Amino acid sequence: MEWEVVIGLEIHAQLATRSKIFSGASTAYGAEPNTQACAIDLGMPGVLPVLNKEAVRMAAKFGLAVGSRVSNRSVFARKNYFYPDLPKGYQISQFELPIVEGGQLEIQVEGEDARVIAITRAHLEEDAGKSLHEDFQGSTGVDLNRAGTPLLEIVSEPDMRSAKEAVAYMKKIHSLVQYLEICDGNMQEGSFRCDANVSIRPKGQGKLGTRSEIKNLNSFRFVERAINFEVERQIDMIEGGGKVVQETRLYDSDKDETRSMRSKEEAFDYRYFPDPDLLPVELDKAYIEAVRDTLPELPDEKKARFMAELGLAEYEAGVLTASRELADYFEEAAKIAGDDARRTANWVMGDLLGALNKAGKEIADSPVSAMWLGGMLQRINDHTISGKIAKQVFECMWNGEGDADSVIEAKGLRQMTDSGEIETIIDEIIASNPGQLEQYRAGKNKLFGFFVGQVMKATQGKANPAQVNQLLKQKLA
Amino acid sequence: MSVDQSDITKVALLARLKIDEADIPQYVDNLSNILGLVEQMSEVNTDDVVPMAHPLDAAQRLRADEVTETDQRDSFQALAPEVESGLYLVPKVIE
Amino acid sequence: MHTKTISQLSAALRSGEVSSVELTTLFLDRIKQHNPALNCFISITEAQALEAAAVADQRLTAGNGAPLTGVPIAHKDIFCTQGVKTTCGSRMLDNFIAPYESTCTARFRDAGAVMLGKTNMDEFAMGSSNETSYYGAVKNPWDQGRVPGGSSGGSVSAVAARLAPAATGTDTGGSIRQPAALCGLTGLKPTYGRVSRFGMIAFASSLDQAGPVTYSAEDAALMMNVMAGFDERDSTSVEREVPDYSANLDNGIEGLKIGLPKEYFGEGLDDSIARVIDAAVKEYEALGAVVKEISLPNTGLAVPIYYVVAPAECSTNLSRFDGVRFGHRCDDPQDLFDLYTRSRGEGFGAEVKRRIMIGTYVLSAGYYDAYYLKAQKIRRLISEDFRAAFEKVDVIMGPTTPSTAFKLGEKADDPVTMYLSDIYTIAVNMAGLPAASIPAGFVDGLPVGLQVIGNYFDESRLLNVAHKYQQATDWHLQLPKEFQ
Repeated sequence: MEWEVVIGLEIHAQLATRSKIFSGASTAYGAEPNTQACAIDLGMPGVLPVLNKEAVRMAAKFGLAVGSRVSNRSVFARKNYFYPDLPKGYQISQFELPIVEGGQLEIQVEGEDARVIAITRAHLEEDAGKSLHEDFQGSTGVDLNRAGTPLLEIVSEPDMRSAKEAVAYMKKIHSLVQYLEICDGNMQEGSFRCDANVSIRPKGQGKLGTRSEIKNLNSFRFVERAINFEVERQIDMIEGGGKVVQETRLYDSDKDETRSMRSKEEAFDYRYFPDPDLLPVELDKAYIEAVRDTLPELPDEKKARFMAELGLAEYEAGVLTASRELADYFEEAAKIAGDDARRTANWVMGDLLGALNKAGKEIADSPVSAMWLGGMLQRINDHTISGKIAKQVFECMWNGEGDADSVIEAKGLRQMTDSGEIETIIDEIIASNPGQLEQYRAGKNKLFGFFVGQVMKATQGKANPAQVNQLLKQKLA
Repeated sequence: MSVDQSDITKVALLARLKIDEADIPQYVDNLSNILGLVEQMSEVNTDDVVPMAHPLDAAQRLRADEVTETDQRDSFQALAPEVESGLYLVPKVIE
Repeated sequence: MHTKTISQLSAALRSGEVSSVELTTLFLDRIKQHNPALNCFISITEAQALEAAAVADQRLTAGNGAPLTGVPIAHKDIFCTQGVKTTCGSRMLDNFIAPYESTCTARFRDAGAVMLGKTNMDEFAMGSSNETSYYGAVKNPWDQGRVPGGSSGGSVSAVAARLAPAATGTDTGGSIRQPAALCGLTGLKPTYGRVSRFGMIAFASSLDQAGPVTYSAEDAALMMNVMAGFDERDSTSVEREVPDYSANLDNGIEGLKIGLPKEYFGEGLDDSIARVIDAAVKEYEALGAVVKEISLPNTGLAVPIYYVVAPAECSTNLSRFDGVRFGHRCDDPQDLFDLYTRSRGEGFGAEVKRRIMIGTYVLSAGYYDAYYLKAQKIRRLISEDFRAAFEKVDVIMGPTTPSTAFKLGEKADDPVTMYLSDIYTIAVNMAGLPAASIPAGFVDGLPVGLQVIGNYFDESRLLNVAHKYQQATDWHLQLPKEFQ
């Protein structure tokens, strides 16, 4: 039997506000336990939530960026369940009337056609605290610093058909929220994570199979591996005569498997109802248009512009717009370099990303700034150095020896452009290689390269290759 | 509408309330009576009525995104039954 | 001195006739003398009170006292008061020393009022008789074999017995007006959103509203001048100018249009109470008001929907009491589930558990539409009834309660009968309107309250209407014998 995989993602993006969604406590990561949990976050008696303006603006911004309808009226609801990391015994979320409805994104898996993934909705809610299960004999410790951090839960339609597509979609959203500056995207710190709803069905069948929900995936690699494991498990289950049960599962990255989170508790009954402490959020047209005006150039727009204006190939434009930092880096470098954006693109995608990758660094931590790289490329363009020498200059810059001009100066790497000086060297080389000269003149054309090599060697690579070619042709004729 | 013992057990579980077996019949009685009182609602036609969740038809006021709270862990945790290293402790939760 | 209104006490303090320390001591002594019998107070904050009184005296001497500076008052134990035990009448919070101050009590503190203590109440404000308190029932000063009403029974009993000249209360379905009626006091439930709910322990968030319990409308105005106002920490608090509630008390009420809802005078109302209310209405006519019959057709549905909406909200408001961060925790929990169920099972009393159960039931899967959503729709109908009525009349009048104070224990085992005693007060909370109960007479030596309902944010008019009546009558000045 040929199986079709059906995946929907619920992505949780922590919004990059300074304070929490319903309180004035800080959202900064990494504080001592419970030092950023105020009375409201702790669900103390009598305290009340007041909604953060920025969280609303950021949600609206996301909605507009994916072509959603930003609701002029949305409502907060209570989702009721008991858990130690949920202080009030309910999570304030949105249920029937979310702030963002509809929308879509185009994704592309390498080597496949682009596909459109529909977004069902995105709603605002508060994050829970953290339970720490180690270190306390027989007890679990609860840290509520994270409780009340604003989350945007972005729910997709079950439109993805492979783990790779799920990853591509998640990466696309990850890039987008950073472009929009509404989430720092830090997956190690849990700022960006997802739940994956996975089911399978016989190819061609319309009805969806029973799904399982894999909770709390916090890396792209885990998303891919967890989904692949889950798909295999479901296929084995059905082909072995069993049935998939609807349940919540947890991915164990050490064992690379998912396992059931079945508890002894009853099936959940969240008893959603409108939170009486909060009134409906109303956003008028003027507000929504004002938010729209603040939208930055989005990845797809930027990609199109890089292709149209800078002459980049689709692949190059795609790589360079994958993150806002990289795109900004490239653009700044290209602007300084002056002309030939494709040369800048090649340098960024090749030497720079290669070196970063090797060093395990992010673009933001690059030892070679966009200004330095652009400065170096300017020196290639104005023939101060050759492309080959540039490799050496780049390495020096990477090692912290200063910008291109200082490296060129200090190491004397300036290209030789005085034709008289080059001619003298050529004359010497011709004189000391009479045999080769004879053979060349007898028609062995490929010896031209030999002479070029000799000249470059004698000038330590500093001679302008084009000039050398031209002069050699004259002298050897 | 009346409730039975299993409803009481289910609701007590959802609400995390320990109810003595012996008290269940009384809860069955009380809740059935209250629901009997509530039953009058069903006689009213509310087809075109918009539900009213708040007495005032107002919109949510929004707060500026500013950090206004300071660390009060010590005073808050003085109220807690069990804490260690700044954490609230509960019996081990197995995930 | 203890029989004076706060308006009179305020004047006496300013003139130097009495000091705040003297007044405070006087009331503390009365509390010590009578509280053992009446059980009005859960906490008596003697040391803090005397300290605050001394500060108030300095302020008064320096000539920068506000109207309530130095005036002793009592607060319902539902308001969080920093550094002072705040129990909400529950075993759950028997050990809870609030680490912050409610906006309402902070405003009184800042105005220089002196807190005498925290008053007894039905547990989490759920009750109409003050019998559900973990700290025991409160007695009615007019007849100590009877209930004072609830849930603000401690506040009302304390003021009626002159153990405090005024107090705060809260009203979710009648919890200020019903006990005020049963104890012969003036009680005002303001418009929803008029007084901040921050730091006031929530029962039903869309219904709860704090208000004053006083001898007179004039005193209620002084209290409202302090309590009312916008608070950025309460999203449901209304950003709207606060009038001087004392300014219009003496305005004439000639031509005032009074609506009498026919539904408030039908089956279930004691004849003797009806006679008292009729007499009060006649008094208003004598003062120049015009009376017309109106209809609030959905009146009978107010109690049923209340017992969906209020329990639904309370069932989740009370989920935070889980034995983890504060409040009662059971001994030796075996696991997390045991911790939750036993802490909550032990910490909450029977009525609270009943309401949590009802609320959980009506919100649970399969029942939400039939109960909760249906109730919210009828809530709109009830609200529309009032809206239509206020197009024709300025205020609505009727009895506050269907009978006078009942005997202790009389209705304790029958929740539904108890619930029906709030039949005239509940609709007002559903609509969010302001309403007052004012003393209008006696039946067999027990006080009867007249309810006056106003339009949204029309508290000034309510107080004016009540004040004019109190100028013409002396029901509000009657004192229970033992406490004169």
